[in-house]
Amino acid sequence: MAGYILRRLLATIPVLVIVAVLVFLMLRLTPGDPAAVIAGDNATTEQIALIRNRLGLDQPILAQFAIWAGNLMQGNLGESFFFKKPIGELIIGRIEPTLSLAFATMLIAISVAIPLGVLAAYKHGSWIDRVVMGFSVMGFSVPVFVIGYALIYVFAITLGWFPVQGYQPLSGGFGGFLHRLVLPAVTLSVIYIALIARMTRASVLEVLSEDYIRTARAKGQVERKILFRHALKNAAVPIVTVVGIGIALLIGGVVVTESVFSIPGLGRLTVDAVLARDYPTIQAVILLFSGVYVGINLMIDLAYSLFDPRIRY
Amino acid sequence: MSAEPSLLAPVASEPLPPSRTVLMRLVRNPVVAIGGAVLMLMTLLGLFAPMLGTLDPTAINPSTRNRMPGFERTIRADDGTTTVFKHRMGTDSLGRDVYSRVVYGARVSLLIAVSVATVSIAIGLFIGLIAGYVRPLDGIIMRFMDGLMAIPGILLAIAVVSLFRSGLTSVIIAIIVPEIPRVVRVVRSIVLSVREEPYVEAAIMQGTRLPKLMVRHILPNTVAPLIVQGTFIAASAILVEAILSFLGIGIPPEIPTWGNIMAEGRNLFRVFPHNILYPGIFLGITVLAVNMLGDGLRDTLDPKMAGR
Amino acid sequence: MSNTQTPVLEIAGLSIALPGGGDRARAVDDVSLSVAAGEIVCVVGESGSGKSVTAFSVMGLLAKALKPVAGAIKLEGEDLLTASPQRLRALRGDRMAMIFQEPMTALNPVLTIGDQIEEVLRIHTDLGPTERRAQVLAMLESMRLPEPERMHASYPHQISGGQRQRVMIAAALILDPALLIADEPTTALDVTTQAQILRLIKDMQSRRGTGVLFITHDFGVVAEIADRVVVMEKGRVVEQGPAADILLRPQHPYTQMLIAAVPSLKPADRKPALGPLALETVGLAKTYSSKALFAKERVVHAAKDVAIRVRRGETVGIVGESGSGKTTVARCVARLMPPSEGAILVPDIDIAPLTERRLRPYRRKIQVVFQDPFRSLNPRRTVGASIVEGPMNFGLSASDALQRARDLMGLVGLQPNSLERYPHQFSGGQRQRIAIARALAMEPEILIADEAVSALDVSVQRQVLALLADVQERFNLAILFITHDLRVAAQICDRIVVMEKGVIVEQGATSQVFSAPAHAYTRALIEAAPGRNFATGTAAADAVPA
Repeated sequence: MAGYILRRLLATIPVLVIVAVLVFLMLRLTPGDPAAVIAGDNATTEQIALIRNRLGLDQPILAQFAIWAGNLMQGNLGESFFFKKPIGELIIGRIEPTLSLAFATMLIAISVAIPLGVLAAYKHGSWIDRVVMGFSVMGFSVPVFVIGYALIYVFAITLGWFPVQGYQPLSGGFGGFLHRLVLPAVTLSVIYIALIARMTRASVLEVLSEDYIRTARAKGQVERKILFRHALKNAAVPIVTVVGIGIALLIGGVVVTESVFSIPGLGRLTVDAVLARDYPTIQAVILLFSGVYVGINLMIDLAYSLFDPRIRY
Repeated sequence: MSAEPSLLAPVASEPLPPSRTVLMRLVRNPVVAIGGAVLMLMTLLGLFAPMLGTLDPTAINPSTRNRMPGFERTIRADDGTTTVFKHRMGTDSLGRDVYSRVVYGARVSLLIAVSVATVSIAIGLFIGLIAGYVRPLDGIIMRFMDGLMAIPGILLAIAVVSLFRSGLTSVIIAIIVPEIPRVVRVVRSIVLSVREEPYVEAAIMQGTRLPKLMVRHILPNTVAPLIVQGTFIAASAILVEAILSFLGIGIPPEIPTWGNIMAEGRNLFRVFPHNILYPGIFLGITVLAVNMLGDGLRDTLDPKMAGR
Repeated sequence: MSNTQTPVLEIAGLSIALPGGGDRARAVDDVSLSVAAGEIVCVVGESGSGKSVTAFSVMGLLAKALKPVAGAIKLEGEDLLTASPQRLRALRGDRMAMIFQEPMTALNPVLTIGDQIEEVLRIHTDLGPTERRAQVLAMLESMRLPEPERMHASYPHQISGGQRQRVMIAAALILDPALLIADEPTTALDVTTQAQILRLIKDMQSRRGTGVLFITHDFGVVAEIADRVVVMEKGRVVEQGPAADILLRPQHPYTQMLIAAVPSLKPADRKPALGPLALETVGLAKTYSSKALFAKERVVHAAKDVAIRVRRGETVGIVGESGSGKTTVARCVARLMPPSEGAILVPDIDIAPLTERRLRPYRRKIQVVFQDPFRSLNPRRTVGASIVEGPMNFGLSASDALQRARDLMGLVGLQPNSLERYPHQFSGGQRQRIAIARALAMEPEILIADEAVSALDVSVQRQVLALLADVQERFNLAILFITHDLRVAAQICDRIVVMEKGVIVEQGATSQVFSAPAHAYTRALIEAAPGRNFATGTAAADAVPA
């Protein structure tokens, strides 16, 4: 078991290294002089030279990578051009809203999507199944921000139930925190629900056609118990896997949702950094998000054995 | 020894290749038909945009800014004649006709959909075949793909787009890059499973060389899944373009794309929601049509995956 | 509660409609049969005979598309077709129980063995947890399963196939049902395990007085356990009666044909083949090793020190159970995988170490006929294209290759116009003929038949075996015949190689191996062959009109 965890941990290192190299190379792959691009169209030669020096672009590429990676190892993410602050500090200040949003979204998505998916599989071919599948396709087809604006229009502007935009930290009171979190979390959960419900349905449906389900029926078991005792646990591995893969969608969605609802989180930071061509910040945010994504999926991998005794370490 | 009873009996069905029967099943699938029809309509809309009662989608008119749908204005032509033009979907904050921009926007979205799908499938297929058949390269390629996959798709697109000056090509490249590893994975897994099939082994026993083996026995198995995946890539490409443009880091704002129209409409959303509503509906319907087409294709071409 | 007058199961005039498009209107047509208490009734038939559909209809587990349209099914006098779903559920597992073909997939992989047997008690009784546990442990014990306590806590993947089937039987019999339905319960098992399971079923049912409806395709199994036999063909019962009558004096031509088609365990008389040596393996070995960081290296010897010689015109059978390494040897000889050690001489050059490019000229000499006729032909290419591919790879012109393919079609008993058709238009037996034609098109010297007749019904199996013997004579082929089926091996092989756990334990002339097996494992294999005391092939052959 310990050996397996260690092996899995080590196996993620090459992935993270490749991510780091890719993120680092991004700046170097820019056509033309990245310093000039960063400085903008109206920059003077001196300004460009200054940026080049600050980025270390005047050094050989391997040296650049060594310096950058060395700093990274020590937790030094560099300094933001635009915000003129250490990036680490910047990120810490932005974590709470993003984490709250992501957590609320996952909570909503999982508690809605899995029952929906199971129901659709159980009532395979019925109108319930068709409604769930239809909703799921639509969830994949409408961009997050359109859903966001539609919800704002109906529930904030027309009905006035929720504030239009903004974020209130948890320290400012749970009620207000929740009140402002509901719309963005619901917005973001739509695509996630679509994804998980679809996978749940497919994998439960597949399990329901297995021989051991027939065995359970031959024992005289009732359908409800067949569904929950026999089917769901067998269907769990693909479902949790897709929950993990869906984190990528969630991260993309965070960037957009935070823009729509003016939430001062990491997503908003990403967009601001891109608009300001603040490369060190872009690199840091991408690394952070990728690390989180890889980390969560690693934990999910390790959790497989909870659902399936065949997976042994 | 007695002959197997059915051995010499005439075979009932016509000797149709399996592909033909699939085609017939496709045409009869209502989901495919509806999705295809909507998509056809959008394509025609884009192609014949100039003939559909549109104005120049980039023409700025300060005197008619921010008008509600249905607003009429008189246009004076060079020869002095006047016509009344009805802004069916109103105007934006620069006085441009939203209807015209939406209709022209179909062009960009469909162009992006088609080019992203074909290019990422082509590149992914090539790399996937190599990874699946050239064992020594497999590890290296797949680790690299894992690395690319570890960066959430939209972030990777944002990163790529931030490197180049904004424009159609850079947006297309930015959307292609995150899709490639997904295609590679699919192709590789097909190659790995098909090469174990007895009929492929039989071909090896018959002395068929690798290139022919690939083209004849392995490649055809990737066609159906890739068509399906290509459709889903097309759908997501339209969405990602809209998201990038909406965030203000996509295609330059004067070019009419659905994402740009909505980005422009953001600021005055409370008063003029139609600037988001109309392009949003068009975008949603188009992506829905592509997704329906993909679902239908998958159900027909790949019965094992049906209903996922 | 069972009355001696009322049979446990009585099926009268049962018909089940086959939804549109099938080759016949009814999956089961006017079937009547009965099972008395303490009696084993075997329903025998080839694939598509409707035997399994009949069994599932008793349990009420038919697919929704299949609907009984006429007749009655009575369990201890109670009509099941008109029973409510609730009533059926109450009867299933309690008064009637079922075991299935694949013990691997029939058990839920994520629940423990004990839990899955206890489930029956939880559904149908009010027993408390301690009583349930005690009953399950006692049942496991009586199934002769080792260490019942540990077995109770095990998951299905941790025990062997035979043990899994015992667990299935335990779950089926724990409430002493009046009727046990067994749907090919030993087909997926190795022959020695099969013998044990058959003995167990017979034991349990005679001790408990259970009526058993036993579905099988294998007359060997029938001879082993049946009290009465029902023969089905295309959804109809063609003949039924006491086992001895049916086996020794079959009346219906179909039954006669089926029994005659079962190969005899008594080896056919064969002249020793004296042709030149075609293939020789020396010290052939295949080792798999999985290395991983922080984990013990696992080494599996799939085959070790294998020495086989095959002459032109000779058929050498490699016999063994699953995991014996017989298929590994075949795949190494065919060079579909590289051997880890040893030489493969054909006969003057060693092809074991050759690279794919250097190997290519020798590819022609060795051809393979695979087990699964549904996967060994490319579904997207016509039969003709599949057959001419090889010869054209070796430089034959398209028209010559096509002519050769046409000739071969006649040889394997198919019409020449079959060449333009696609594989899905042929039956399994026809596809296996096509696969043989494809191999012959290469004009090979060595033919490897890897379980080539195992997936076929006995009647078709017999024809394909005859075809193989015919082409061997015609082309003076050396045949390496891989099989798990001793009966088939007895009929077609000149010499037999017996493998166990990757090692050859015995080899010699077929008649010698069967009459005086030297190794204990060989003896066990022969002992275990179902119906060995019933000389099916010979006895029944007399009954078949020539």
